[in-house]
Amino acid sequence: MTAALKSPKVTPDRTILLVLFFIVTSAFLLVSHNGDLLNQMGAVGTALKNPIVEALMVSLFLANILFAYLWKAAPWARALVGIGSLLFVLPAAGREDTSLLDLSIQIMIFAALALGLNIVVGLAGLLDLGYVAFFAVGAYTWGIVGSPRFAEILRYFGENPGGTNAGTLAIGLVLTVVTAASMMYINRLTSRAAPTAATTWSFRLASVGLVAGVILTVRAILVLMAPQADGLANGLNAGFFWLFLALSIFAAAAVGVLIGLPVLKLKGDYLAIITLGLGEVIRVLANNLDLYSAGSQGITPIKSASVPWFDAAAGALGFAPDQYYLLFLYVLVLVMIVLILTVNVRLDRSRIGRAWIAIRDDEVAAQAMGVPLMQTKLIAFATGASFAGVMGMIFAAKQQFISPESFVLNQSIAILSMVILGGMGSFPGVILGAAVVTLLNLRILPGLGEATANVPWIPQDANPGQLQRLIFGAILVAMMLLRPEGLLPNRRRQLELHHDDNQEDESAQGNAGALGTASGDVYSAGYAPAKEDDKAGGSR
Amino acid sequence: MELSTLLPFLANVIVGGLVLGFVYAIIALGYTMVYGVLQLINFAHSEVFVTGAVVGFEVFRVLAPVNMNGYLKLLIALLAAMTISGLLNVVIERLAYRPLRGAPKLVPLITAIGVSLILQDVLRVIEGFQGRFDLTYTLPTGFSSAFCGPESSCAPLGKFLTGIGVSLQLKDVILIIVSLLSLAVLNYIVNRTRMGKAIRAVAQDRVTAGLMGIDGNRMISATFLIGGALGGISGVLFGMKFGTINAYSGFIPGVTAFTAAVLGGIGSIPGAVLGGLLLGVLEKLIGVSNVFGELLGIKNLAVIDDSYSKLGAFIALVLILIFKPTGLLGKSNVEKV
Repeated sequence: MTAALKSPKVTPDRTILLVLFFIVTSAFLLVSHNGDLLNQMGAVGTALKNPIVEALMVSLFLANILFAYLWKAAPWARALVGIGSLLFVLPAAGREDTSLLDLSIQIMIFAALALGLNIVVGLAGLLDLGYVAFFAVGAYTWGIVGSPRFAEILRYFGENPGGTNAGTLAIGLVLTVVTAASMMYINRLTSRAAPTAATTWSFRLASVGLVAGVILTVRAILVLMAPQADGLANGLNAGFFWLFLALSIFAAAAVGVLIGLPVLKLKGDYLAIITLGLGEVIRVLANNLDLYSAGSQGITPIKSASVPWFDAAAGALGFAPDQYYLLFLYVLVLVMIVLILTVNVRLDRSRIGRAWIAIRDDEVAAQAMGVPLMQTKLIAFATGASFAGVMGMIFAAKQQFISPESFVLNQSIAILSMVILGGMGSFPGVILGAAVVTLLNLRILPGLGEATANVPWIPQDANPGQLQRLIFGAILVAMMLLRPEGLLPNRRRQLELHHDDNQEDESAQGNAGALGTASGDVYSAGYAPAKEDDKAGGSR
Repeated sequence: MELSTLLPFLANVIVGGLVLGFVYAIIALGYTMVYGVLQLINFAHSEVFVTGAVVGFEVFRVLAPVNMNGYLKLLIALLAAMTISGLLNVVIERLAYRPLRGAPKLVPLITAIGVSLILQDVLRVIEGFQGRFDLTYTLPTGFSSAFCGPESSCAPLGKFLTGIGVSLQLKDVILIIVSLLSLAVLNYIVNRTRMGKAIRAVAQDRVTAGLMGIDGNRMISATFLIGGALGGISGVLFGMKFGTINAYSGFIPGVTAFTAAVLGGIGSIPGAVLGGLLLGVLEKLIGVSNVFGELLGIKNLAVIDDSYSKLGAFIALVLILIFKPTGLLGKSNVEKV
């Protein structure tokens, strides 16, 4: 309890500093991304165009939001900085330089992914090295139906109908309904009595039947839709974006449950390696199922939603028509982040959140206290997956192109490093981690690489722009060795990892006094006091 | 395909799978030894293995113009790769894993991933300085020739293999012999020497072994040295078998070999070998499942070609871990509260 008793540090009020910093960095950001203005400014303009300076400007500007969170300042100033920079300054600078808007969307997508993985790894303690698979599920869900690929698939099924379609549809639907109902029935049965071998196996059988039923139904629908292939040459109407936004949540969550059901029995390293394997399976499938995913060529062009009134508003604000979709996605992803963050905070404080943390800290003890292990872990997996699914869809709409290259293991590791760098289990930390890693990857390292590209004494192969893995790896190792709790640590985790610094667990110090022995110096030989002046057992 | 040609074809596939399996088995031993002692998945092992392959490449490249017996060149390559990979593994353990003893299990696992990323780029930069990325092995002449031509006089086993239509290259046979030799040496070290006994004691219970006067850290270093040396051997063998290697090509064989270790029961040395051989054969069989699809008239099977063969390892991994998490030869570990 010593940590709790320490008097809180008195921090100075930094309202003025915060506002000043906001104004200065915003001005720099706006100026340095205005091409016309820069051209008129001569030497200063050229200096500002330098990729390193540009990356620095963006980083400093984004630091605003961090400071607004960290510093003690008047609430109005913090709100002004937060809302002002995200809703006004960034879009305004992005109007002049679209890549900035693109970067912000990318940062927020990764922030959402990191928040999702944080639930799985940081809260529930399940190391998932294949997290990007769920991102891929979301991306491909919309990528396939929102692009010309859909017409190709319909054409294929039109040519290879196989069996009567109405019959297949009927069988598929019946199978789906029956198996789903029986799964629910078995679930209700096992919630009252302990599961037996019979219920376990029939549940597995029913789940296989459910998958088969869904596949049959989807196949029949595709065949029935086949005659419309030509009408859908460019994919579904963009208005379906919203429907699929909801669908991608369910699709990714369903894949999460499907993957989780068999593998969540495993723990620790085994879980890590099996999720890694499953992530690779999904990538190899995306690479090989040419009909659906166009293989390694990738799917393009993928549509984004068109919202007429939003486009009109963007037009009125001076955005060019080809920037509409980026601005729209920027706002969408911002809303999504707020939603996801709210869900996260509320989950963390809920029964489920406490169950996750209990499982992370000690699975056996949690189970003994009545936490349903499998169910709780599955919820963590599915929640994390659903965030990734939504973001995958937005990613597909933003890039307008997806290929298996975007869903490799290194992406999973990058997301994991965001979570670790920021601080596992801490929401602001995870977002900070995502921002730092994304900036490093997309701006700072390429900027350094570009700036040093023509320096004769730096060889091309050792160019910092090419050393992303090395820098990543070094960050991971250094963080684990020096500060395993992350940049903005979760308080509970910090206490755990620095257990020896504020040691209160007397059992380790040999609390012989409590046993009523006269001498306080009787403790097991293996456990010496951590420090010379520590109180070890009784009084000195 | 005719039924008469199917049997030689199958024999060829299985022998090819066994050859591949020996490479996996030796890599898997590196994982399994470290796991057995530290309960840590050494993700950096795949890079240690690639380092061995790169060292082997360099030795063959430097020695290519030298007029020397091909086997001597191979021996030098193997020794160099063993030394460098082994030392690298020891250094990794000293710098990245030892400071983290006693930390939560997630921590060293993430460090291992970090080390593996660092090594990938370091290898790429080192080779990139000489303008190389994809390293193509220049093997001594003769290594790629047929092991046993039909007209030449060869050993009974070779005659039998050729008789049923198996075509082997000399380097495949060398690969099997080197693997078997290193297995024999490893077996001797672990089961017959004092050090092996000490390593086994540390693997069983580090604290108690410490009380018996065994220096746990030294034994862990020794394990990493042996594991790294095995990684070096397998790197050279892999390079010989596949011809090319680059800084990033350790991942797939690494995961496959880890799967092999899990399949056989991680921590068990015979298990790793068994797992490696099984996975090698499985991979080859999946690679030719389109042939079976054609033969049996199953359309869906006919689509599966060589590009799916890597999936075999992952699917095997998932199935093993679900149904028999302890592996084929592993012992179950009862959790105590």
